[in-house]
Amino acid sequence: MNSGGNPISTLIWTFGLMSLFAVGGANSAVPEMHRIAVDVQHWMSDRQFADVFAISQMSPGPNVLIVTLIGYSVAGVAGALAATLAMCGPTAILAYYVSRLLQRSSQSRWPAIIQAALVPLSIGLMGASGLILALTSDRSWVAGLITAAAAVLAFATRLNPVWLLLAGGALGFAGVI
Amino acid sequence: MPPESPSAAIPAPDIPASTPPIQPGLLELFIAFAKMSLAGFGGVLYWARRGIVEQHRWMTAEEFNEAYALCHFLPGPNIVNLSFVFGSRFRGIAGGIAAFAGLVGPPMVIAIILAALYARYGEIDALRRILAGVSCAAVGLLLATVLRMMMPLLKKRDLVGLVVLAAVFVAIGLARLPLQVVLLVAIPLSIAITYFMRRAKA
Repeated sequence: MNSGGNPISTLIWTFGLMSLFAVGGANSAVPEMHRIAVDVQHWMSDRQFADVFAISQMSPGPNVLIVTLIGYSVAGVAGALAATLAMCGPTAILAYYVSRLLQRSSQSRWPAIIQAALVPLSIGLMGASGLILALTSDRSWVAGLITAAAAVLAFATRLNPVWLLLAGGALGFAGVI
Repeated sequence: MPPESPSAAIPAPDIPASTPPIQPGLLELFIAFAKMSLAGFGGVLYWARRGIVEQHRWMTAEEFNEAYALCHFLPGPNIVNLSFVFGSRFRGIAGGIAAFAGLVGPPMVIAIILAALYARYGEIDALRRILAGVSCAAVGLLLATVLRMMMPLLKKRDLVGLVVLAAVFVAIGLARLPLQVVLLVAIPLSIAITYFMRRAKA
């Protein structure tokens, strides 16, 4: 499956490097993952990549699981672990040091200013990705209605959101979407 | 949190000065993040906020916003970064690893099992339909999280913050401008505005 060399070290290099450029989360790196896994390394076909993406969305947990699954399909469980740690490790350490730096230098006003300035940007970005996701996953008015109802119920009530996800799944199974 | 975090500007901050009231242990961190993660179909952010802010009260709404914003603008998977930063704030590196292992470990096992089943039994149409329904609801949860994270800004009547938020939303969500360009303009602008607003207040 792999074009020469040790597949595990290729996975580690590929995802370790990719993570450093993945600003905005794992989902923003999906196009790049596709390019590397399908076009450059020939680890999988287009169709397999789409399946891997669907499974990663189906599983609970962070979006980064798509990397786990690519690693798994390349080199089994060892590949899954290597790819996941390569994708998460370097940036987690970076985040750790930056966060400590911002907390330590609290005699300066800048860390607080920078953090406060980033908050509205971050929320605005998430609102935008919510909208874009809604436009892509809600292809019918029923689907849009389910999204809107879930948003209102999750915001305004203390209902356990698992019920909302289950209701969405049940409606999908029934074929109304 | 630095003592002069933005909340300090409000007359009666509900944030304890230096030490948080509850100090989760390693096992507690692992279990809490595993729970959030396993509940997180279609994104963990909703559950992370619910667990950290509403259930365990390990952080206030504002502290969560700031920690998340930081992880959002650093490279790498946001929630993974958040778990590591969060865990290490309470228990150092070991705490970071415990939270990270809780977040990523259990769902990894599930994803691999699903992948193995999928490879064996191929595509199941019903599963795809269910997934489509779950993701509709999951997008709703994300939107609800955005609204909840906006509440501290609304409560503070932070008009400037809300305008910046709306501008980014329009630029990315409606005008579909490239992310890098928007951030290149918005980050320095927002920092400058925050700086001058604080200086004007002081």
